[in-house]
Amino acid sequence: MEGTGNADPQTPGTSLENAPTSSTQKNDKVEQQDFINPTINIIQSASRRTSTSGVSSISREETPPPLPPRPKNLAFFDSRPSSSHSLAPTRPQLVSKATTQLSYTDTQSYNDESREESLSSGASRRKNYFGLNVSRNASDAEDNVSVRSFAPTIEVGGDAESILGEVIGDHEKSLLTSLGNRFEDKESESLFPPDPEFEETFKQEFDEIEEMKADGSNEESVMLQWRAKLKHFLILSSAGKPIYSRHGNDQLITNYIGVVQAIISFYQGANDVLRGFTAGDVRFVVISQGPLNLVAITRLTESDAQLRAQLDALYMQILSTLTLPSMERMFATRASYDLRRPLQGTETLLSALADGFTRGSPSTLLSALECLKLRKSHRHVINSTFLKTRSESLLYGLIVASGKLVSVVRPKKHSLHPGDLHLIFNMLFEAGSVKAGGGENWIPLCLPGFNNTGFLYMYVSFLNLEHPTEQVQERPVSKEGEGDEVAILLISANKEGFFELRGMRDDLVEQLQKNGSIDLMRGAVRQGRPSCTDIVPGSPLRHFLYKSRGNVQFTMPSFDPYFQTALDRRRLMNLYHHLHAHLHTKPTHLKIHHSTSTTNISLAWTTPLFELYCVAPATTSRAALAQAANKVIQWVRKEEERVFIIGGAVF
Amino acid sequence: MADSGAQAQPKPSSSVKLVLLGEAAVGKSSLVMRFVNNDFQENKEPTIGAAFLTQKCNLPTRTIKFEIWDTAGQERFASLAPMYYRNAQAALVVYDITKPSSLTKAQHWVAELQRQASPGIVIALVGNKLDLASSNPNSGSSDGDDADAAPAAEGEEEGEEGEGDARRVPTKTAKAYADEEGLLFFETSAKTGLNVAEVFTAIANAIPETSLKGPRGVGGQTSLGRQEDARVNLVGGRTEGAKEGCAC
Ligand SMILES: Nc1nc2c(ncn2[C@@H]2O[C@H](COP(=O)(O)OP(=O)(O)OP(=O)(O)O)[C@@H](O)[C@H]2O)c(=O)[nH]1
Ligand SMILES: [Mg+2]
Repeated sequence: MEGTGNADPQTPGTSLENAPTSSTQKNDKVEQQDFINPTINIIQSASRRTSTSGVSSISREETPPPLPPRPKNLAFFDSRPSSSHSLAPTRPQLVSKATTQLSYTDTQSYNDESREESLSSGASRRKNYFGLNVSRNASDAEDNVSVRSFAPTIEVGGDAESILGEVIGDHEKSLLTSLGNRFEDKESESLFPPDPEFEETFKQEFDEIEEMKADGSNEESVMLQWRAKLKHFLILSSAGKPIYSRHGNDQLITNYIGVVQAIISFYQGANDVLRGFTAGDVRFVVISQGPLNLVAITRLTESDAQLRAQLDALYMQILSTLTLPSMERMFATRASYDLRRPLQGTETLLSALADGFTRGSPSTLLSALECLKLRKSHRHVINSTFLKTRSESLLYGLIVASGKLVSVVRPKKHSLHPGDLHLIFNMLFEAGSVKAGGGENWIPLCLPGFNNTGFLYMYVSFLNLEHPTEQVQERPVSKEGEGDEVAILLISANKEGFFELRGMRDDLVEQLQKNGSIDLMRGAVRQGRPSCTDIVPGSPLRHFLYKSRGNVQFTMPSFDPYFQTALDRRRLMNLYHHLHAHLHTKPTHLKIHHSTSTTNISLAWTTPLFELYCVAPATTSRAALAQAANKVIQWVRKEEERVFIIGGAVF
Repeated sequence: MADSGAQAQPKPSSSVKLVLLGEAAVGKSSLVMRFVNNDFQENKEPTIGAAFLTQKCNLPTRTIKFEIWDTAGQERFASLAPMYYRNAQAALVVYDITKPSSLTKAQHWVAELQRQASPGIVIALVGNKLDLASSNPNSGSSDGDDADAAPAAEGEEEGEEGEGDARRVPTKTAKAYADEEGLLFFETSAKTGLNVAEVFTAIANAIPETSLKGPRGVGGQTSLGRQEDARVNLVGGRTEGAKEGCAC
């Protein structure tokens, strides 16, 4: 490994201490009754909870969400290291160069709000669980500060005034629109400057690395291929035994594992838990979870907290296969235990997760789920059909259409953890095994967010929407989950519950067909996500992510027509990661982050209710961008009960 | 189960519970996929848990509806197996003819079934991936009858049979073992489809009519007498005329 250079041990934060292990270990004995994990309540909307803090769900419908306060002064910038300022022009490779912070104000009041939320809402509890609470880790802030640039100018101040309000007159608006038309050619161009090197690397990112020849003659080219990868994930036992690597076989990774292991134990010896270090343009982040060390190595724009969330998801996949107590037992007998045997077959799931992170996943970035857009009354019919047909041993029931949640039924006391759902969705829609198998499936799995000590059993049936009562013979092969796939998932603690749940599925599907819900689902799936201009006619936005914090759900427009290739999407996700890292950097607590580059202009905006990230071509003015952002907020408010599952089927 | 019997057929129809067991990656799911969808996937991912599928098989005198449990071969799912074979009337124990250890594993499954499954269970031993053996499968089995029942392991001498022949389990070895244990025996290729329908038809024929009780026939209730029947009649049953029988 070249130049492990400025390895900087980071100050121990709190995010890891909130990991599931610590909170559930005490409940080893409890079989399925352990619901005290910090889980998220996707259905029991936090709007109900926040109502205690004065924001009722009704008022949320009626009145606009509070706009972020206007910046009172920009003196905040004084606290920035001045060096970063001068860095800006010399870093043309950054997606967004001239970064401007528009609002650092009212940090105090924001803190109060967020603290209140963290006491009352499931959303922030989940964040802790995921270790995604970036703001807890001061070191991230330092990271970002050192890399990002802050270039306050007079002009920024002026814009800052205008961004927050509806300041554009009609005349100006039409002027902008016509300008937009004039630049139509330009608009169809990419939002990102060409970067042939990145394109080439990304194209080969998912290729298999050549086998090392026995005589070692191709060693060099194999090593080069390995190093060219944008992202690596390594999992090793605390004794240093390799457990998983996304790229390369054992032979290839032993050296790296050895070095990583040496560094980890060096810091452990110093009673200092290693969090991450930088070598060249590569960032290493390490988390230690019980007997495992998980390492993410990336050359993409990602913050430590974002990487840790990814590693947490991999760890949850391992727990999902083994359960925590049984993994601990394995290592208790022998510290050098080879975990790969019991994990056999889990590599495909880990790799599907890892590749999802490398392609970039809004769901993981936001730790939130996407729902199928349906009219409230239509969803209500589906929910009540679910409840009506519910069988005795059902714990959770889900209908999922092309990776989006349609309906959930659950017991009143038990919530569903988004991390658990992510594992399930990954298994069903990303890894091919279940999807390609045909027929119905009965899958034992541990949902670690729910209870990491025991197994549940999941009945899975994919529906053919055209002929729902027939078996699906061959399913559409779709990596992005955009085919017409509807899966019925029925989860029970009863190992022998297959035929019971199968009966329920038959019942459910028959009823859904009778009451027309199948047709409605088919329609919604066909329709796909709306485009930005479907949502707000004339909107300059090319894409956005809107996360409802209370519901732990997000919504976004179609990737088409601007982000059709995996590369386009990855670059869009790079931008989102960058914006997200800014919003979640502790000392700033900023509410609006604004960023421009030669090819795009983007905005990140957070309030206690939502997070919004959006991007438009660079020809868009800040005012127009701000206005477009406001329009999106209005749209979501209007469509809230369609794009999100609020309430839902509880028994 | 749900819709069996819905098909109003003149012939009596009954369902048969069948379970597939065997080491990981020997081709259980591929065999089922060939039988049910007449399809094959080059890089099939491992089964997680178990998959449940159904397929009809038309025999001259009756229709058999197979209710198939395709189990996962990975070690960590092994403890769930009893749940699937407990009430099974038939079992397909699969090994990979290119991998001797998989025959050993198959033998363990057979032993476990004989100990713990329904006494009358019809067991077929299936050596899959026949397409990887260069020689004609029939040449292998024709001289197989005189072999000792030495199980598995010594596949080496067969390796000389042809260039690029990946076969490591001689037909005669497996066949002798199957004969001794009273199992149906086939070598198949899920990839080419060779012998796949034959396996299922042979099983369908091997289930005595007396044990079939309509759609919900349960193997667990059969008498020992029937079991005797099954063993005597079926040994070495490479069923003729099976191909057109199955609805695949
Ligand atoms: N050449 C050849 N390959 C086969 C044949 N049958 C299966 N395979 C391949 O062997 C691999 C494993 O096949 P599966 O059907 O998934 O095996 P399995 O027994 O179901 O494995 P588990 O579900 O893990 O227990 C796949 O890559 C198949 O494509 C065959 O007849 N010939
Ligand atoms: Mg399989």
